[in-house]
This record gives sequence, C-alpha cells and structure tokens, in this order.
Amino acid sequence: MTETAPATATPGTPTDPGTGSIAGPSVAYQNWIDRQSRNRRQVQVGRALILIAFLALWEVAPRAGLVNPMLTSYPSAVWEGFLELLAQGNLGLHIGVTLLEVMISFAVAMILGTVVAICLWLSPMLEKILDPFLVVGNALPKIALVPIFYIWLGPQGSIYAVAIAVALFITILMLYTGFSQTDPNKIKLARTLGAGKRQILTKVVLPGNVHTFMATLKANVGLSLVGVIVGEFQASKAGLGYLIVYGSQIFRMDMVMAAIVILSLMSVAIYLAVQKAETWLIR
Amino acid sequence: MSAEQMPGRHREVPPKVEFRKVNLHYFSDEGETHAVKDMSFSVRPGEFVSIVGQSGCGKSTLLSLLSGLMHPTSGQVLIDGKPVRGPSPQVGFMLQQDTLFEWRTILENALLGPEIRGMDLAAARARAERILTSYGLGQFLHHKPGQLSGGMRQRAALGRTMCMEPDILLLDEPFSALDFQTRLSIAEEIGEIIRREGKTAILVTHDIPEAIALADRVVVLSPRPGRLKSIHEITFPSAGPTRPGSMAAREAAEFREYYHTIWTEMENHD
Ligand SMILES: Nc1ncnc2c1ncn2[C@@H]1O[C@H](COP(=O)(O)OP(=O)(O)OP(=O)(O)O)[C@@H](O)[C@H]1O
Ligand SMILES: [Mg+2]
Repeated sequence: MTETAPATATPGTPTDPGTGSIAGPSVAYQNWIDRQSRNRRQVQVGRALILIAFLALWEVAPRAGLVNPMLTSYPSAVWEGFLELLAQGNLGLHIGVTLLEVMISFAVAMILGTVVAICLWLSPMLEKILDPFLVVGNALPKIALVPIFYIWLGPQGSIYAVAIAVALFITILMLYTGFSQTDPNKIKLARTLGAGKRQILTKVVLPGNVHTFMATLKANVGLSLVGVIVGEFQASKAGLGYLIVYGSQIFRMDMVMAAIVILSLMSVAIYLAVQKAETWLIR
Repeated sequence: MSAEQMPGRHREVPPKVEFRKVNLHYFSDEGETHAVKDMSFSVRPGEFVSIVGQSGCGKSTLLSLLSGLMHPTSGQVLIDGKPVRGPSPQVGFMLQQDTLFEWRTILENALLGPEIRGMDLAAARARAERILTSYGLGQFLHHKPGQLSGGMRQRAALGRTMCMEPDILLLDEPFSALDFQTRLSIAEEIGEIIRREGKTAILVTHDIPEAIALADRVVVLSPRPGRLKSIHEITFPSAGPTRPGSMAAREAAEFREYYHTIWTEMENHD
C-alpha cells in the first residue's frame, strides 16, 4: 500500500518552474518529501552496511584461519601494501602510465569511431559493403589479438592497439545505429528547407544524437580500461596492469589487491568525469 | 460544381501552382505503387485549396512533389509556370508529423531555415521574434518544444515555416495531433494568419468540415491510384461579401450542402 501513496502524491509536485512556488506545499506533498528522503537514507545505509560487512568478512576470515591469507590477503594488509607502494615512490608513475594509456586509446577510439560512423552514414553504399566486416570485427574477441599486436607493434604499441580495438568497433556500431535511426521526418523537414547531406548531418543527425554519443562515451571508458589492462598484462614495465601481474608473480596478494582497488577507484573517477561532461554538454 | 465547368472566370490570372498530367510511382523491393495518376489541376495566387481523400490516396505525395522533394515519374509540376527542380525557399512545408527539434529553443527552431539557406541571421532573428510573438509565443521564445502544449507547438511550426517568407504554404494535416476544441481554434487562427498575409495555401486533411471551413476550393481525390475526382468552389454568399472565418463558415447556410456533396463523393467510388 505504501507503494501507491507516493504515486498519488506525485501530481502535486511542482513541475512547472514558472508557477511552482505560489502556494506552500500541501501536507500530502510534505509527507511525500519526507518519505522520499527516508528512502534515500535507507539506500545509503544499506550500501554502507554491505561494504562494511564485506570488508569485515575479508579481514576476519583469513585471520580466523577459515581461508588461506596467502590467497586472499585482507584489508589491513592491503592498506599496508598500498602504503609500501606509496613509500617506494613509483605508485604515482604506475597510475599515471595507465591513466595516460586509457585517455589516449579512449580518445583515439572515440575520434576514429566517430569519423568512420559519419562516413558510413554519408555513404549508404559503403555501409552496405562494410556491414559484414564490421559485424565480424565487433564479434571477434579482440583480446585474442594481443599476442599478434605484441609481435607486430612491440610492448607499448600493443597496449594501445588492443585498447583501441576493444573500444573502436562498438563506437562505430553504436554511433552508426544512432545516426541511422534519426527521425526521418526531421530529415525530410531539413530537406524542405533546402538542406543538403552535409547540413542534414550537422543540423539534424549530430545534434539529435548527443545522447547516443554520451552512451558510447560511457561504454568506452570501461572498454578502454579493459583493453589497457590486458595489454599491460602481456608486456609492460609500468602501469597498474604491470603491478597486478608483478604482484601475483612474487605472490604478494596485498599488492595485487591494492592495485585492483586503485583501478576501481580510477574507473569510477573517469566515469564521474564523463557524467560531468554529459550534464555540461546537454545542459 | 466543378471548376473545369466554369473556365472563363479566372483565365486572365496565371496559376501559382499547376499539376499537368502528373503520374508518380513509388518503387521498392516489394514492388511498385502507382500513387498519383494523371493528376491535373491548378491553384490561383492567394488561393486556399484543401485536398481531401482517403488514407493512402497520394495527398502527402502531391505535397512532396510540389516541395521538390521528389520528381514526377511523368508529367509536370509547375510553380509560377516553371517546373519545380528542388526545394525552394518560396515553398513552406508543414509536415504531417511534429518536427520541431527538441534540442533547439522555439526561436532557434524558427531560425533553422535561414541558417540552412545562409540568410542574414540578424534580420531572420528579428523576423522570427516578430512572427512568433504575433502567434502568441512571445513568452516562449527561449523554451524548448517539450515545454509547450500541442497547439503552441503547431503555432511554433507554422512560425518556422513563415520565417522563410514563403509565398506558397503546404500544410499536411497540421491539426491532426490536436484535441477537437484546440483543433477548431488553431485552424481558425492559422487560417486567419494565412489569409491576412495573402499566401497561397494547400491544406491536406481527412476532416471534410475543416477542408470546407478553411478553403476557397476543395479538391477531392479518389482512392489509390490517386486521381482527381472533383473540385468544389466554396463560397458563402449568405455570410456577406467577404469570406467568413473558419468558425463562422461552419455556421453558414451553405456549409451543410457542401459537406453533404463531398461526403457522398468520398463514399461512392467503389
Ligand atoms: N516511400 C514510399 N515508398 C513506397 N510507397 C509509398 C511511399 N510513400 C508512400 N507510398 C505509398 O503511396 C501511396 C500514397 O501515399 P501518401 O503518403 O501520399 O498517402 P496520403 O494520401 O498522404 O495518406 P494519409 O492520409 O494516410 O497520410 C500509399 O499507398 C503509400 O503506401
Ligand atoms: Mg499523408
């Protein structure tokens, strides 16, 4: 029953920015707001509890001898491993290297993918010809190419190559799909106003696909990160992927886990940056 | 009844728009559609013509031909005596579907045409502001279409069309998305604007009363392949010397007669 109450209160929500604040909020609306903030608090408490429970279990289980600490490490050891890496002075370097590789591959995949998607949209004939190749290119697990890239391009080149390959095809397909689904009536309208193909692109297709672009951007952040880490696994002298492989080789699980935690923080940070860019772009 | 039967009246004025034995076939993988067959009729300068006919009889196709978006398979489409070669700023087209760009404000939407045509933007902006304000959208110039009601969006779309200063207006069921009440008043309003500015207008509609209430002539098409069935000259002598507005026309004595004739014609073709 509590589910239906907020729904009936919703129409009272002032949605029109111009006229919303003439009368004070009704009692029902005030109740609805209170219920909303209570819900939000519950969600946050729930999340915190899961995190605490997870960390506590991770800390206690190895110490109590339930699992082998050599295999799982535990949070306090990870924290010390992190401090040790920090003290060695090249943690910043590892983070920087990975971040730079991600940024570059991300940017290249995005730009190249956008250019290809635009060309495909401009030339339906080209699109028809290339379609099967794109489908195969997208379906192929790019990670299988890592050894080949390594032989062809060397350690640094193969990292970029695999990261770009992972992100590129999905960029092309997502953007092209968005472009080709542009409302045909908007295109027809632009044509009645005298627009040629190029103007249809710049006035209708591109501005109408800002959302597609943002969705692609978000998908690509994760994919470039996957590509870079896999590339670093194969061969590298620095970066978080290197740290993970190196740590596991010398059986320092605390170091591996610390690197993974940093990696997840990094991906969250990049994701948030993209989200910021999105609100700025869409306004 | 048919205009063909009273030729002398307007012979001296050259037609604004003319269809000469126009045929149009659509081709697709599924086959060929004969959408328009041997279509011939003309529209005088400053005239308001309504086109009625069943769904799929080629009404939108006729407007697309006039706007230069496609070319007839055979025959000629002429504006001011010259064959239509492609989209021209002289022709404004309000499409059947709502096509305001939701990422642009109302004012920016109205400036789309001038931007595409590379017109003087400062002048176009002043014109757009004046036109939209005169359509009652002065408060909403910087709103996005999503913040407007259906009727306001319709007026904004007309404003965008008018901003190109066309002398021929093509209206493809511009009121079909509106509720009945709004539809009547918006039709009255838009009809009024078009007459005041002396534009030549062609309105496509399913709604026979609307066709009669707004037009100087009603063109009836037969079902696919679309052919000209008849043309009805609409006058309301009982309502005084000048043509009444669309609301008043609906009240005029002649209205029922026109309605009955056209309705019967549209019923009896099979
Ligand atoms: N792009 C197209 N390809 C193939 N056939 C088409 C195309 N556009 C229209 N047709 C066909 O041509 C005929 C006329 O279409 P048109 O859109 O002109 O009809 P209409 O009179 O405007 O119909 P409505 O009142 O439903 O809008 C229809 O039978 C339709 O199926
Ligand atoms: Mg139509």
